[in-house]
Amino acid sequence: MNGLLNVSSSPHARSHVTTKNLMLDVALALLPATVFGVYRFGLYALCIMVVSVGFAVLTEYVFETCTKRKVTVSDGSAIVTGLLIGLNMPSTVPLWIPMLGSIFAILVVKQLFGGIGQNFMNPAMAARCFLLISFAGRMTTFDVDGVSSATPLTALKAGETVDVAAMFTGFITGTIGEVSVIAILAGGIYLLIKGVIRWTIPVIYLGSFLVFIMLFGGHGLDMYYLSAQLCGGGLMLGAWFMATDYVTCPITERGRVIYAVLLGILTGIFRLWGSSAGGVSYALILGNLLVPLIEKVTVPKAFGLEGKA
Amino acid sequence: MNKYAERLYNGIVKENPTFILMLGMCPTLAVTTSAFNGLGMGLSTMVVLVVSNLLISALRNIIPDKVRIPAYIVVVASLVTIVQLLIQAYIPVLYDALGLYIPLIVVNCIILGRAEAYASKNSPGLSVFDGLGMGFGFSIALTCIGFFRELIGAGTLLSGTPFAMSLPEAYEPVSIFVLAPGAFLVLALIIAFLNAMNIQHNGNKKVEGCDGNCASCGQSQGCTDAKN
Repeated sequence: MNGLLNVSSSPHARSHVTTKNLMLDVALALLPATVFGVYRFGLYALCIMVVSVGFAVLTEYVFETCTKRKVTVSDGSAIVTGLLIGLNMPSTVPLWIPMLGSIFAILVVKQLFGGIGQNFMNPAMAARCFLLISFAGRMTTFDVDGVSSATPLTALKAGETVDVAAMFTGFITGTIGEVSVIAILAGGIYLLIKGVIRWTIPVIYLGSFLVFIMLFGGHGLDMYYLSAQLCGGGLMLGAWFMATDYVTCPITERGRVIYAVLLGILTGIFRLWGSSAGGVSYALILGNLLVPLIEKVTVPKAFGLEGKA
Repeated sequence: MNKYAERLYNGIVKENPTFILMLGMCPTLAVTTSAFNGLGMGLSTMVVLVVSNLLISALRNIIPDKVRIPAYIVVVASLVTIVQLLIQAYIPVLYDALGLYIPLIVVNCIILGRAEAYASKNSPGLSVFDGLGMGFGFSIALTCIGFFRELIGAGTLLSGTPFAMSLPEAYEPVSIFVLAPGAFLVLALIIAFLNAMNIQHNGNKKVEGCDGNCASCGQSQGCTDAKN
């Protein structure tokens, strides 16, 4: 039919942003951290990520086929979830751990709650917490070239000195994707430029975390301590890639500010007074659970009703 | 079905206190770390339930309506104290495992619920069978949850009983299942499974053109049938 004569109902103007494009951008943004992880920890790290991505996609496909739902594998969200799970693994875990994590993330956290857009917490973070609680030993053993050592964050908590420059470039121990701050920042800035995420959540999250550490960390304005806290653990990965997850962060701008401040405070509490050195994953899933509440109290006033109660 | 057997069927299957009525969630989630603990909790509750149903039903015409809840509590609390002392004397292992949750049977909503909803209106005979049915339903549910949590979370089968077995060394227990989140996960999965069986049995109505993906569906209004 002639395009000019084609009468359709509204909306007439459509955005070109699709889930697929967004997920592709996020995957691209994770590339520097992934490549650095493989470079740092060897080919076995690549195997871990292949397994986690593979099983995330497979679980999604099998579940949606079995329950006769629309198969949403091609939108790439399962790939990103799988990749994030892989990046959150220590480089020495046996391959069945990322496999179990991916199945849990996709099946229990995502699909059982209604599939893409319906999950109440970030699937990758939920899977990480699941594995961390279940296999505490394996999930916190960090080994590089056969030498196992504490992560800088653990060392910092024990009062030892750490090398902040190495933490920034990534030549430290930790999970595959969290070690290199510079690689994560490159990805985060790419997302900012492409407009996939806005600066609000990551910047306010990191800022409120810093303020909290300054107030209660016991080291005051010591730049060395603050920068070590900022570069250590999963904070950067969490702030740029997990906290900004579309499904599990508040939709209102004011809500996002509250959410980010909350995450900063929670991370600070877990890091300073928790039993383990890191706390980003627990802070994130706890924050995710509070999102519906935050959205409820930050509903914007409709146009024309601003002055009324 | 005669009315006594009907009470048993009602408590175990039709109105199972844990899986259908969702009552008594506190002990259900807290003590089911193994099948043995679950069974112990279930049976102790059943004993209290049966005797309290019998006594309350027998006293139903004497207890004044206005003070019935305190009166029920007095009956239940006395029975729980007896059960607690008996467990402490004869099964100290179970006593140590259940700990605080034995005295908490007093406030178990199944017991008070049955007293209020059934025993206070029916004859002692029927009330005893109601207590038995509900008690068995509760015990079966708790044992079932405990069985799966123990199997996945600790890699053992029926530990604490003479039939104890454990999985081969190579199996690494997923220890989240013996912790609090595991209780919620197992309970939710069992209920989901039972609901799915139920839906299959009773037939599920689906809105035409539904691909099961609620996120991309425009007609969320007319879809209450499919969602429930």
